[in-house]
Amino acid sequence: MLSKQIYDVVVVGSGPGGVAAAIEAKKAGADDVLIIERDTELGGILLQCIHNGFGLELLKEDLPGPGYAEHFIKEMLSLHVEVLLNTMVMDITPQRHLFLSSKEHGYVEIEARAIVLAMGCRERTRAQIRIPGMRPNGIFTAGTAQRWVNVEGYMPGKEIVILGSGDIGMIMARRLTFEGAHVERVLEIQSYLSGLSRNLVQCLQDYNIPLQLNHTIKRIMGKNRVEAIEAVQVDEKWNFVPGTEEIIPCDTLLLSVGLIPENELSRKAGVKLDPITSGPYVDETFQTNVPGIFAAGNVVHVYDLVDWVSEAGFSAGKNAAKYAIALRNAEARYTPLVAGKNVRYVVPHKLDKSTLEKEDVRLQMRVTRPIEQPVWVEVHDGENLITRKAERYVRPGEMVTVVLKTKNYADVAKSSKLTIDINPR
Amino acid sequence: MAEEVNFICTACPQGCSLTVLMENGEVLGVTGNSCKKGLDYAHAETSDPRRMVATTVKIRNGFHPLLPVYTERPVPKPLIPQVLAEIRKVEVEAPVAMKSVVLENVLGTGINVLASRSMPAKG
Amino acid sequence: MQEQYDYIIIGGGVVGCMIARWLSRYEGKVLLIEKEADVGMGCSSANTAIVHAGYDPLPGSLKARMNVKGNAMWDQLAGELNFAFERRGDYVVAIGDEELPLVHKLMDQGKKNGVPGMVMISGAEMRAREKNINPETSGALWASTGGICDPFQVTVAAGENAVMNGAKVLLNTAFQDFIMEGKRIIGVRTNRGDFLGRWVINSAGIYSDDVMHKAGVRPEFFIKPRKGEYYIFDRADVSIDNVLFPVPSAKGKGILVTTTLHENTIAGPNATIIDDKEDTSTTKEGLAEVAEGALKLVPSLNLRYSIANFVGLRPMGNGPCKTPGVVYNNDYIIEIPEEVQGLVNLGGIESPGLTSAPAIAEEVVDMLRDAGEKLVVKKDWDPIRPPRPRFRNMSHKDRQLLVEMDPRFGQVICRCENITEGEIIAEIHAPIPARTYDAIKRRTWLGTGRCQGGFDMTRVVNILSRELGISPLEVTKRGTGSQYLFRETKRVEG
Repeated sequence: MLSKQIYDVVVVGSGPGGVAAAIEAKKAGADDVLIIERDTELGGILLQCIHNGFGLELLKEDLPGPGYAEHFIKEMLSLHVEVLLNTMVMDITPQRHLFLSSKEHGYVEIEARAIVLAMGCRERTRAQIRIPGMRPNGIFTAGTAQRWVNVEGYMPGKEIVILGSGDIGMIMARRLTFEGAHVERVLEIQSYLSGLSRNLVQCLQDYNIPLQLNHTIKRIMGKNRVEAIEAVQVDEKWNFVPGTEEIIPCDTLLLSVGLIPENELSRKAGVKLDPITSGPYVDETFQTNVPGIFAAGNVVHVYDLVDWVSEAGFSAGKNAAKYAIALRNAEARYTPLVAGKNVRYVVPHKLDKSTLEKEDVRLQMRVTRPIEQPVWVEVHDGENLITRKAERYVRPGEMVTVVLKTKNYADVAKSSKLTIDINPR
Repeated sequence: MAEEVNFICTACPQGCSLTVLMENGEVLGVTGNSCKKGLDYAHAETSDPRRMVATTVKIRNGFHPLLPVYTERPVPKPLIPQVLAEIRKVEVEAPVAMKSVVLENVLGTGINVLASRSMPAKG
Repeated sequence: MQEQYDYIIIGGGVVGCMIARWLSRYEGKVLLIEKEADVGMGCSSANTAIVHAGYDPLPGSLKARMNVKGNAMWDQLAGELNFAFERRGDYVVAIGDEELPLVHKLMDQGKKNGVPGMVMISGAEMRAREKNINPETSGALWASTGGICDPFQVTVAAGENAVMNGAKVLLNTAFQDFIMEGKRIIGVRTNRGDFLGRWVINSAGIYSDDVMHKAGVRPEFFIKPRKGEYYIFDRADVSIDNVLFPVPSAKGKGILVTTTLHENTIAGPNATIIDDKEDTSTTKEGLAEVAEGALKLVPSLNLRYSIANFVGLRPMGNGPCKTPGVVYNNDYIIEIPEEVQGLVNLGGIESPGLTSAPAIAEEVVDMLRDAGEKLVVKKDWDPIRPPRPRFRNMSHKDRQLLVEMDPRFGQVICRCENITEGEIIAEIHAPIPARTYDAIKRRTWLGTGRCQGGFDMTRVVNILSRELGISPLEVTKRGTGSQYLFRETKRVEG
């Protein structure tokens, strides 16, 4: 069960950015830090990225994705960050209320003094690059295939063509080859590689998987399952070059055609997005345009290296903690004024304690019912009487006033709430 | 007869295109590199190319059906198919701790195959 | 032992399901056979989702009568079957002065067809009502009875209500031939055996010509599909709230820009006459044509925000026709032909077939009654198909209550469309069970958002596997041959 209704920092997403943010938020002094993950375990997409190459910058070690994730998750858990798994954040308001949905905890609303958005990114799909043809099964994003092969334990294809030379696509080419599938080739519409050259060497060249630059797919064939694709060369304006068509039989088409920051929640919170990056506009503290809402990692813009995502997370987490602590201190400076016995309302509703340090504060109120005899108007903090004033009678039609004096400051400073009661003398 | 070999340096993400001049398996000269790492890479890649290998093994009673594993150091590139075949024979039992040895000294290379992550038992 | 039915319906599209629902009201055994793994997989699932007002069909045609009559039936139908339907009205927009007379002509045609609630509005008024409309609009026809629906929900709801009232629906069951006794049809032969029936109703959509030819009816009639390609847009980036038609042309109602009840803007269709009834492929040229047509109505439409393309085939009839002056491609066939006995024959039920479906169902019932069928209403007939919870459309408070009642509704499986495990499981075990990914997708709108199933796909395959008690290797997208997975990662063939 959730331990709090209000958290200092709530982190949405437990990929490298989110975990780093939670770690640094704790280290920077935030008390109640909650991290929310929609999947069954912490780690995000790294858990399916079983290849090496993570951590060289930050840990000086060549780790596989799950190992890199686990390194930071361990640290985070040792700092007593609260974790919610299998939980989807449905909505975030600009006032930093979050609506969460899960089997285990139900549908709940919580508040955060600061939020770090760390939802990562999603893969571009077929429609966004508008590949014509049939719509059979067997067209997957590289990341979906990766989850199947590496986590779920199933092979989504035997004869495979990959469109796009993004890193996940090339890594999946090697991965599927390792597991006995045949990767026919990788097609790239641009005249240059879109992923890292290391992956070109180690994922394609090492296994003689051809890469065709300036090539794309003219159409997809197959009613129920992919049966073939028609590849075609393009000119510099991406027009098909007639006569270069080639029909390639295959049962699977993997797409590795780019990543887009995942910001549907951010929009709901009123976060403004940059149309170029598709991520939030952020300042140097990774704060978005909405005060107290920060964003870190691939949700802001898509990074090359996970190490840099972690670094962004550290920074966002630290700044979120600072914001939350400042807000908490500000909250602590205020004392609510509560209408107690026979008091209908009190103005002001809350009192900035530091004001009382410098000057007297007048409290005005109206009573619920008349008392035609002498009364005390008492201000107390639940245990101790702070001040009181005598009146000969009180009536709803006549406003009652009581003044808190600077000499009351010491008592008020200790209180978390002031209540005003009116009792017969 | 000296010959030119071209390949991409993977020592860092920059990916320099290296040209290595070779004669009888000896490196005569390297061009295209922009740092010392590239020079070392060129020598290594022409004499003893090595790669990290990452794959999965079956795991009984695990939270997931597969456990990701990796070679603790790069293995000789020509051995990769055999290394994979050896790893494919392995089946482990949950729970498993991260970096615990899943397969010792694979193919006598002196290199262990390690668990990429901890895997708790099911349920 | 062959099973004996009173009414056998061939084809589980919206028309077939609607007829099943209408017939299930009466005593008698109803069987619906559908060759695909789900109902509504043909024309009924790929169209503009519009309930047409009725100003398009030629006055005097059967199509015009079915359209106008059908349109008026939708409020009650939506109330009884609990599917999403909104009478939002629609516009036929004239761009530039030269198109204005065509809109007036359409208005006259609508009046002749008996369409109520039509008004001509000025260009200024049109621009005020739809800020994204082409500023050169010179005026529009406003048809207040136009509506939008979720066509797949309509088909499923009608089919489910039929099943609730005793009809039987057999999926993956393909018609092969009629079983005849002389001139009388006594049943159908299918890939899953023979079924005997006193009446057979041909509502085979795009294949209705093949079916009627098997009975020797109308050998001259044939269907050539009119292929229509569409764009769907991300609701976060594009929001056109109105149904906007261009002026019609010889090719049909034209490329429109409209909205779905899921708030996604859609644009399409073009109209390409093709030969292959299975050709649901998009083409570069076709999509370019759709884009051009859509941009004429809404110049600000940004194709970058398209999240999917799809194709619908309209079963346009061709060949000579009995009605003088009317050719098949302008009209429907709804008849009890004289050549054989025991057949109710439908053909060429293209747009506005969805709108007309309830009227066609009623027409079929009337014809059967005229042919001597007694048609006694069942005592326990229940016209109501109860609604199922839709998490995404609920308030925070209602969601909380729903999840408290059944925690499975708290597990969100489709992140873009907010579809929960509870909803998926309900569809898998519904009266017409959703046993494929696409069946769940069409019923819930799962996987139709900006990530196009990238997140939910592996999870839904696991849920289908678990709920149906089959291996993930057996789970399909749309029926036999459309499996997702080939083998376990660690099992190598050979």
